[in-house]
Amino acid sequence: MKHLLTTEGIDPAQATAILDTAANLKQSLEGREVRKLPTLRGRTVITMFYENSTRTRVSFEIAGKWMSADVVNVSSSGSSVSKGESLRDTALTLAAAGADCVIVRHPASGAAHRLAGWLREAGTSVVNAGDGMHEHPTQALLDAATLRERLGDLRDRRIAIVGDVLHSRVARSNVHLLTALGADVTLVAPPTLLPTGVESWPVTVSHELDAELPSQDAVMLLRVQAERMHGGFFPSAREYSIAYGLSENRLKLLPEHAVVLHPGPMLRGMEIASAVADSPRAAITDQVRNGVHVRMAVLYHLLAHEEETP
Amino acid sequence: MRELATEQMNTSSPAISLILRGVRPYGEGDPVDVLIRDGVIAGIGGITEEADVVEGNGAVLLPGFVDLHTHLREPGREDTETIATGSAAAALGGYTAVFAMANTNPVADNEVVVQHVARRGREVGLVDVHPVGAVTVGLEGVKLAELGTMAKAGVRVFSDDGHCVHDPLIMRRALEYSRALGVVVAQHAEEPRLTVGAQAHEGEQASRLGLQGWPAAAEESIVARDCLLALHAGARLHVCHVSTTGTADVLRWAKARGTEVSAEVTPHHLLLTDDRLGTYDPVNKVNPPLRTAADVKVLREALAEGVIDCVATDHAPHAVQDKDCEWSAARPGMLGLQTALSIVVETMVNTGLLDWRGVARVMSERPAEIAGLPDQGRPIEVGEPANLTLVDPDASWTVRGAAFASIAANTPFEGMELPGAVVATLLRGRVTAVGGRIPA
Repeated sequence: MKHLLTTEGIDPAQATAILDTAANLKQSLEGREVRKLPTLRGRTVITMFYENSTRTRVSFEIAGKWMSADVVNVSSSGSSVSKGESLRDTALTLAAAGADCVIVRHPASGAAHRLAGWLREAGTSVVNAGDGMHEHPTQALLDAATLRERLGDLRDRRIAIVGDVLHSRVARSNVHLLTALGADVTLVAPPTLLPTGVESWPVTVSHELDAELPSQDAVMLLRVQAERMHGGFFPSAREYSIAYGLSENRLKLLPEHAVVLHPGPMLRGMEIASAVADSPRAAITDQVRNGVHVRMAVLYHLLAHEEETP
Repeated sequence: MRELATEQMNTSSPAISLILRGVRPYGEGDPVDVLIRDGVIAGIGGITEEADVVEGNGAVLLPGFVDLHTHLREPGREDTETIATGSAAAALGGYTAVFAMANTNPVADNEVVVQHVARRGREVGLVDVHPVGAVTVGLEGVKLAELGTMAKAGVRVFSDDGHCVHDPLIMRRALEYSRALGVVVAQHAEEPRLTVGAQAHEGEQASRLGLQGWPAAAEESIVARDCLLALHAGARLHVCHVSTTGTADVLRWAKARGTEVSAEVTPHHLLLTDDRLGTYDPVNKVNPPLRTAADVKVLREALAEGVIDCVATDHAPHAVQDKDCEWSAARPGMLGLQTALSIVVETMVNTGLLDWRGVARVMSERPAEIAGLPDQGRPIEVGEPANLTLVDPDASWTVRGAAFASIAANTPFEGMELPGAVVATLLRGRVTAVGGRIPA
C-alpha cells in the first residue's frame, strides 16, 4: 500500500489486515508503561491540517510518536500556507525536506488525490485525514475496529448511519468500508441531507429512524454542522432532534447488544442525548482510543510493510 | 451598428488572386478549382487563370467558422491569452470570426473597452474579433450597461457570461431594450441560488466524489424563464453553452411556440462526461459542468435537429497555477478553438448525425445569422466574400496543449487522437492559416 486516499474499492483482505494489525498493536501496548515501538525510527511523518481539528491531528501525532517516527505538524496558520503558497508548492517543499509520509486534512474534496499525484516522483506516501465532503478513511477504519471489538465479524451485521450523509466524508468512507467488510448499511436522513444518486449506493435508504432501530446491530450518528442548521436543510434543530436524534426513549428500540457510535465532536441534546452518549452502549471513547491504534497500523502498512501487502 | 464590420472590411484589401485547387465545396461532388480575387470568390470550376495555389487534394471547403463564445482574456489576463495569440488559435482552428466575451479586466461594459478589443483584433488581422458587451455594469447583474452606446460602437452580442443575469426584472429590461438596437442578449443560464459553491454536475459522480452539485435544473429553470420573458418582450434570446437534456426540451418547446430563441453547445459538452472527474484533475472543470452520457447523446441529437442552433467553443484559457491545484480552487474552463472542428467531426460527422452541409450550418451559417454578420457564413458562390475554411476529413492528429497557439495549454483533450484537420483558413481572400501554421 502506497497511499491511503479512500476506502472506495478497498480490498477486504487489505482492510482486514490493517484492522488485525491495529488489534495486535493495541494488545501489545496495553498495560505497558512505555508505549513506544521502534518500528518507524528514522521515518519522518508530516501532518498538514488545513482545517481545524483536534482529535484527528492529535491521534495521528500520537500514532506516529508511539511508532518512534519523527512527527512534524504543519497547520494553515503560522506557516507559508497563510502566505498564500499553493498546496502543490507546500507539498513539494515538505517532500523535499524529507517527509516519508504526508497526512493531509483539507477542505477541498480530492486534495489528497492531488497531493499523491504531485508527490509521485518524490515517492512520499499520502494519508487522507479528511478531504472536503469526500472521505475520511482512517475514521472509517477506527469505526470498523470498534465495531469488530463489540460485535466480532461484521459480515451481515446491520449498521445504520444517521444524519447529514450529504456533507459527510465519514459517511462516505464508512459506506465503502463497512459494505466491503460484508455489513448491511442503512442510511437514515431527511431527503435534503442525502446525496443525489444515493439509490446507486450499495445501501438501504430510510427517512424513518424509529422503523430502522429494532433491526440494527449498531447506530452511527453523524455530526450536524452548525452551518447546516441555518442552510435550510431542515426546519429547526428541534425538529431534527425529534425525528433523527438518538434520545433515551429511542435507545430502547435498539436490540440489547447494539452499539452506538459518534465520530465527534458531539452536539449533546441535538443528534444524541447526553445520557445515551454516556451510556455503556456508546463506544465513543473506544473510537478515540482505537483511532490511535488504527493510525499506527496505517503508518505501519504504508511505511514498514510495503513488500508484504498486495 | 455596422460601423465595426465596415472598418474591418476596409482594413484588409488583398489585390492578389489565389486558387484553391481540387476542393469539394460542402464535401459534395468532384473536386473543383476555386478562384479567389479581391477578397471574394471569383470563380468555381473552369479556372484558367494563373495564381498562387493552395492544394486541396479533395479537401472539404466550408464557409469560415464563426465562434459566438470565445474568451480572449485581453485586457487583464494577458499571461494566459492575448488577442494576438487567441486570433492565431482561431485562424488555425478554421475560424474567420470570433466573439470575445466581456468578462475581461476591466470588464467590456463600455465603449472604450469594446473599441479597444475591436481595434486590437483589426491590428492582428487574423480573424474578425467582435467584442461582446456586458449586459450589466461590471457583470454584477444590478444595473444595465450602456447597451446603446456599445451597439453604436459595433457590438452585436451582449452577455454577462461567467455570470447569469439572474434578476428576472433586469433580464426582462435587457431583452426589451435590446429590441430597439437589433442586438441579441446571450445568457449564461445558471440560477445562482441553486449553484452556491457548485463544483460538478449534481449526480452520482459528484455525490461519490464529495463535490458540491451543480443541478441541471439550475440551468433549465433560467432557460425556461428567459424563453418566457423573451416571448413576452418580443425580443431575441441566445442561450450560451447548453449542457442538459432538460434545456434541450425547453428549447424545443419554446421554439415551437414561436419564441425567437437560439442556442449553442460547446464541443466539450458534445464529447466529455462527468465520468472523467475521478482523478480530480481540474482540467475537466468547466462551467456549466460536464454532464452525463445521456445528456451528451441528447445534445448531439438536438444539434443535428436544429433545436440547438450552433457550436460555440467557450474557449477559456487559464494559467497553470489556476488549473494545477485542488479541484475547488481551480478556475472553470477549457481551450477550444483548435479542437472544435475535430470534435464536431468525431461526435457529429463520424456518427452520421451531420453531413458537411450540416457542419457549415452549425459552425458558420447559424452563428453568423444569430449575431447578424453580413459577410460571414455566406454560401460558397461566385461573388461571395472569401471567408473560407478548408478541411481534410481524413486526417487525424494527437492533441498536445503545448503545441497550441494559445499561451495557456489547459485542454481536456490532451493526448486524444481526433479526426479531421484544418488545411487552410481564408479571411476575405487572405490566407490566415495553412498547414497548421500562420503564414509570415
